[in-house]
Amino acid sequence: MNVKENIKTIIVKKPLKLDCGKTINNYHLAYETYGTLNEKKDNAILVFHALSGDQFVSGTNPITNKSGWWSYAVGPDKAIDTNKFFVICANVIGGCMGSYGPNSIDPITNKTVGTNFPVITINDMVNAQYNLLEFFKIDKLFSVTGGSMGGMQVLQFVANFPDKTKTAIPIACTASHSAQNIALNELGRQAIMADKNWNNGNYFNTGSSPNNGLAVARMAAHITYLSKKSLEDKFGRKLQERDDLKFSFDADFQIESYLRHQGNAFVDRFDANSYLYITRAMDYFDLVKQYKGNLSDAFKGSKVKFFIISFTSDWLYPTPENKEIVIALNAAGADVGFIEITSDKGHDSFLLDVPDFLKSVKNFIEANY
Amino acid sequence: MKKEFQIISELIENNKRVLDVGCGDGTLMKHLKDNKNIDTRGLEISKNNVQLCISKSLSVIEGNAERDLQQFPDLSFDYAILSQTLQAFYNPEKVIDDLLRVANKAIVTIPNFGYWKVRLHLLLKGTMPITKNLPDEWYNTPNLHMCTIKDFYNFCSKKNIELYKSIALNGEKTSQINKINLNIKNLYSELGIFLIQK
Repeated sequence: MNVKENIKTIIVKKPLKLDCGKTINNYHLAYETYGTLNEKKDNAILVFHALSGDQFVSGTNPITNKSGWWSYAVGPDKAIDTNKFFVICANVIGGCMGSYGPNSIDPITNKTVGTNFPVITINDMVNAQYNLLEFFKIDKLFSVTGGSMGGMQVLQFVANFPDKTKTAIPIACTASHSAQNIALNELGRQAIMADKNWNNGNYFNTGSSPNNGLAVARMAAHITYLSKKSLEDKFGRKLQERDDLKFSFDADFQIESYLRHQGNAFVDRFDANSYLYITRAMDYFDLVKQYKGNLSDAFKGSKVKFFIISFTSDWLYPTPENKEIVIALNAAGADVGFIEITSDKGHDSFLLDVPDFLKSVKNFIEANY
Repeated sequence: MKKEFQIISELIENNKRVLDVGCGDGTLMKHLKDNKNIDTRGLEISKNNVQLCISKSLSVIEGNAERDLQQFPDLSFDYAILSQTLQAFYNPEKVIDDLLRVANKAIVTIPNFGYWKVRLHLLLKGTMPITKNLPDEWYNTPNLHMCTIKDFYNFCSKKNIELYKSIALNGEKTSQINKINLNIKNLYSELGIFLIQK
């Protein structure tokens, strides 16, 4: 496989002290860019990806040959118009698309890192990606944005580097992972670890990966990205290529077949250990605790202009959790706008063709540039 | 820009911090921001209007004043504006309290139910008044607590709210309201504009 040739990478020499106490250096950070950085270097937008995303935001993902995960929002003439803006996205550390993660090869032992990879946090991911500003010699970004775990990174970025961006658009996220969020992630992790092929994370040379476990994790997670109504509208009780129930455990229903497909497609492009590490980072995310119980302190004195967006049918990171961020920003006297977009498409709304959402992002970006 | 907004704008000094509650499409906010260097925030219930405000680079939060004013800290603004919305709340008294908590001063405007055309409509036709400022039928009006200029004037003195300025608006004509001319202004004005402080 030469596909990795298509991956741009920087090697970060500067040591990064992780929240777990370990320090990493000379680590890979894979990234992709879209559009052109202008002379003033004031048109850069750093996009953070979500749990299952990667650096291939738009266009065709050279690894999967499918559309980039945010193709509806990012591209020429899109909400984030790459004719005007320079979009940067990096694969998070812990990921499996070229950045330092559990499927990297340890240069000393020449073996896959596996579960020797340190437990990382959202803070670590953001601090690693900050190096891209130096790499591109960008003093200040025009914006940082992302949905779901990408939104968490936006919040962490602004808390860590308040002077390094003009605007911030956290979408469908939270400042603190809830018990429900943790529970759902734990379900996915247990599915992976219960797969005997997982082998305590050492599956790279065994010839078999914990694909079944990872597929089940993806299936369970995928349900949380949809809404009851979207499932009802799309599938209802429709049967899969059959006229009647088969009185078996085959995929009788279209929804079953759909979820199985989602699970199987996912294992082709994602590493099970990465799934464990990234979900763990999400669970550990608690910006409220980082600021000793007062979220406002994360944004104290911030000059960044915020625009928070949530979706009516998102039950994974529901509107009240997004509003907590708005409230904290108001309490800090920060500059903040907020809109709840009406959509039946659940948490996934931010990835889909939801015109009101795309219009909001475009309006905010263009009005503030 | 309508006369009401001009008057409100004249009541606010340059470079202040202002919260526009029920800011609509942001016309007043944009005027204050562009012409008086005012740091504005808006609270608006309609998603469409929030979209319009965002496209004008205005910082507006989608929300309901009765629920969402709570999130603002005490005295986080110099002025809070409430334009022709007081009558639409379940609990207008609480909203006034909240306005005067989050801002040092508040500017409240009310469509005057004591205006002679309103009174005449009810007197002669015997049906709920419909006027330029009160265009809806009784069965679909958002207005739950209509009041008159006199009602609001009395409300302020009863609640120990200081009335800095009371302005009557009739068409394009403005005049000051005081204790002596209150009954006349209550009859001849379409709109009352009040600058208050607790």
